[in-house]
Amino acid sequence: MEILTKVHAKNLIEWAKDKPNTLVLSADLTSSCEVDGFKNIYPDRFFSMGIAEQNMLSFAGGLAREGFIPMIHTFAVFIYRRAYDQIAMSVAYPNLPVKMYGFLPGIMTPGGATHQAIEDISVMRSLPNMTILECGDATDVESVVEVANNIDGPVYIRMLRGEIPRLFPADEPMKLGEARVISEGTDIVILSSGICTEEAMRATFELRKKGVSIHHMHISTLKPFNSKPIVEAISKSKYGVITMENHSIIGGLGSIVSEVIAEHGIGKKIVRIGIPDSFVHGASKQYLMKYYGLDSIALIKEVENLTNKEFNISESDLSEAFIVAVHSQAKAEAL
Amino acid sequence: MNIVLQNKKKDLDSKAVYKAANNIRRRVMEHTIKNNGGYLSQACSSAEIFATLYLDVLNMAPVDEPLYPGTFPGVPSNNNKNYFTGANYHGIKSEAYDRFYLSPTHYSLVLYTALIEVNRMSQNGLDEFNKDGGVVEMIGAEHSPGMELMTGSLGQGISQASGIAMARKIKKETGRIVVFMSDGECQSGQFWECVQAMSHHKLDNMLIYIDANGYQCDGPIESVMTMDSFDKRLETFGARVYRINGHNVEALSALGKLPPDGRPTFIICDTDVARNISILKERAPKMHYVRFTSEEEKERYKVAFDSFKRTLSEQEE
Repeated sequence: MEILTKVHAKNLIEWAKDKPNTLVLSADLTSSCEVDGFKNIYPDRFFSMGIAEQNMLSFAGGLAREGFIPMIHTFAVFIYRRAYDQIAMSVAYPNLPVKMYGFLPGIMTPGGATHQAIEDISVMRSLPNMTILECGDATDVESVVEVANNIDGPVYIRMLRGEIPRLFPADEPMKLGEARVISEGTDIVILSSGICTEEAMRATFELRKKGVSIHHMHISTLKPFNSKPIVEAISKSKYGVITMENHSIIGGLGSIVSEVIAEHGIGKKIVRIGIPDSFVHGASKQYLMKYYGLDSIALIKEVENLTNKEFNISESDLSEAFIVAVHSQAKAEAL
Repeated sequence: MNIVLQNKKKDLDSKAVYKAANNIRRRVMEHTIKNNGGYLSQACSSAEIFATLYLDVLNMAPVDEPLYPGTFPGVPSNNNKNYFTGANYHGIKSEAYDRFYLSPTHYSLVLYTALIEVNRMSQNGLDEFNKDGGVVEMIGAEHSPGMELMTGSLGQGISQASGIAMARKIKKETGRIVVFMSDGECQSGQFWECVQAMSHHKLDNMLIYIDANGYQCDGPIESVMTMDSFDKRLETFGARVYRINGHNVEALSALGKLPPDGRPTFIICDTDVARNISILKERAPKMHYVRFTSEEEKERYKVAFDSFKRTLSEQEE
C-alpha cells in the first residue's frame, strides 16, 4: 500500500496558486494542521487568529460576505464544540462559503477526550445549509479542497493529516454526493467512511474469499446524503447493512442510513459499528480502534452474526494494516 | 484622552441632530404606548448616537426614496432566490462608503425609528413592526431594515464586522466599518477575543460606538457583572479609546471624523436611560423593557408623552 506524507500541506499550496480569494485562518495550530507551508508562501492570505475560535468563526463569516473564501484550519473539536453558536449564526444561517477543515476526527489522536471529535457529524448535520465531507485516504484529501470550494455555502470537513494511505487511484477524485463502490455483492452491504474504509477493505478481502458477496461503498458526502444508490444496494441485500464509522454510533453515518432505511420502508437489519455512546481516552489509533471495535476483526464478527456463520479469520490472516507511528516526522507534534 | 477636533469632513448641524434624536425618542415612546411595550430606555440612552451617526458621521449613499418594508423573504439557502438583507436602507455600496452594523439587536426599534427620521424608511414603516410574515422584527435579523448581519447572539456582531473590515483592507477600500454596541454585551468572551484580533491585525478602519447606559437585562451592570475601568481594559488591549457624554452631539460627531492611527477606535458613550423622559426613572432598576402593569401606569405615560411632545414643539418655536 502506498503511504503518503503531508498530503494536504503540499496539495493546498499548489491548489491555491491561482485562487487569490481563498484565505487560511488558523487558531495556533498552523503546523499541526499542515498549513505552515501555505503561511510561508502566501503570507498575505494567511491570518493568525490566536486561540480564540469563537471570534475566528464569526470573523470568517465577515470575510466570506465580502467575497473571500476563508478556510478554517484547526482541530475539529475546537470548531464545532467551541464555536457552535458562531457557526450557526455567523456562517450557516447566512449560507456563507466558509470551509471548516476539522483535523483529528474521532479516535485519530492520543490527545484524549478534549481533542477527539466523536460527535461532530451529529452536531453539524442538524445545521441547515451545512455540507459535511469526510476523507478516507490520500486521494480524498487531495481532492476534497476542490469539492468543498465548489459548494455554494458552508462546508465542514473531517480531515486527515500526517501519513495517509492511498486506497483509491490518484486520478479518481472525490465527487460530491457520490459514494465509491469498492465491491459489488448481494449478501451484505457495508457502508464505511473515513479511516474505517481501510479496515473494512482488509476484512472484506478475506470475507469475499470465504464466499460472502459484499456490496462495499465508501461514503465521503455525509450531508446532503445521496440515498438512492444505498437504497438500491440495501434492498437487494440478503442480510442487511453494516455501517462503520470513526464517530459515535449516534448521529453519524449509522443514524443517517437508519433514517434512509426507515423512510424507504426497507425491511432490512442495520448494524452500526462506531464509537459506542461513550467518551474515549487518549491512546494510539490502532489500540482505540481495537478497544472500541472499529477494526477489521470487529467487522468480521458482525458479518458472522448477521449471516450466522463462522469464517475462522484471525488477525494474522488479514493483510497488513498501516500502523501510524505516534511520533513521526510527518506530524508537528504527537497529538 | 483629549478630543482632537480636526479633519472634519462636513459641518455639523447640531440643532438638526438633537431634533432628530428627540424625534427618535418620541417615535419609540409613541410606539411603546400604542403596543403596551417597547425598548424605550434604549431609545433614551442612544438617540443622540443614532442621530449623529446617520446625519453626520456615516458617509453612505442616499436612498432614492424612503423604503417601505417588504414581506419576509424566507431564510437564506441555495433554494431561496428571493432572499434580501436590510442593507438597501443604507444605499448602494461602494469602496468609499462607510458600512454601519447594529450589534445589540434589542435596539432594533431605535434603529427603525432612526431610519424613518433620516428618510431612509417610510414614515409608516413601523406599521409592519412585529407583524407575522414581516421583516420589521422586534429583535431584528439581517433581513430587517438597516440590518445586514445576524447579531442577536450578543458578541458576534463585532467579530463579523471585523471580518468585513479585514476584507475591505485586503481590497484596499477606503470606507470605514462603524458598529453600534451596548455595554452589557462587552462582557462576553468573544468580544475580548475580537478586540485583541482587531488590535493584532491593525483594523483601524473600525469605529465602535458603545452605548454605556449602565443597564442590562437583569438590572444595573454593577449588579450583574462589574465592568470597572472598561476604558482602561480596552486601552490595554491596544485600542484607541475615548469616553464621552453620549448625549453630546458635538463630541459624538468630532470623534467620528478622526484620522486613523493604526488602532481600532472605541468611543464609550456614557448615557442616561431616562434621558429627556424622566418618568422612566420610576422603573429603575428594571430598565431593559417597558411593559405597563396597569391602565393607570399607561395613563401616566400618556400624560408624560403629551408633555414631552409639548416640550419638543416649544423648542421648535
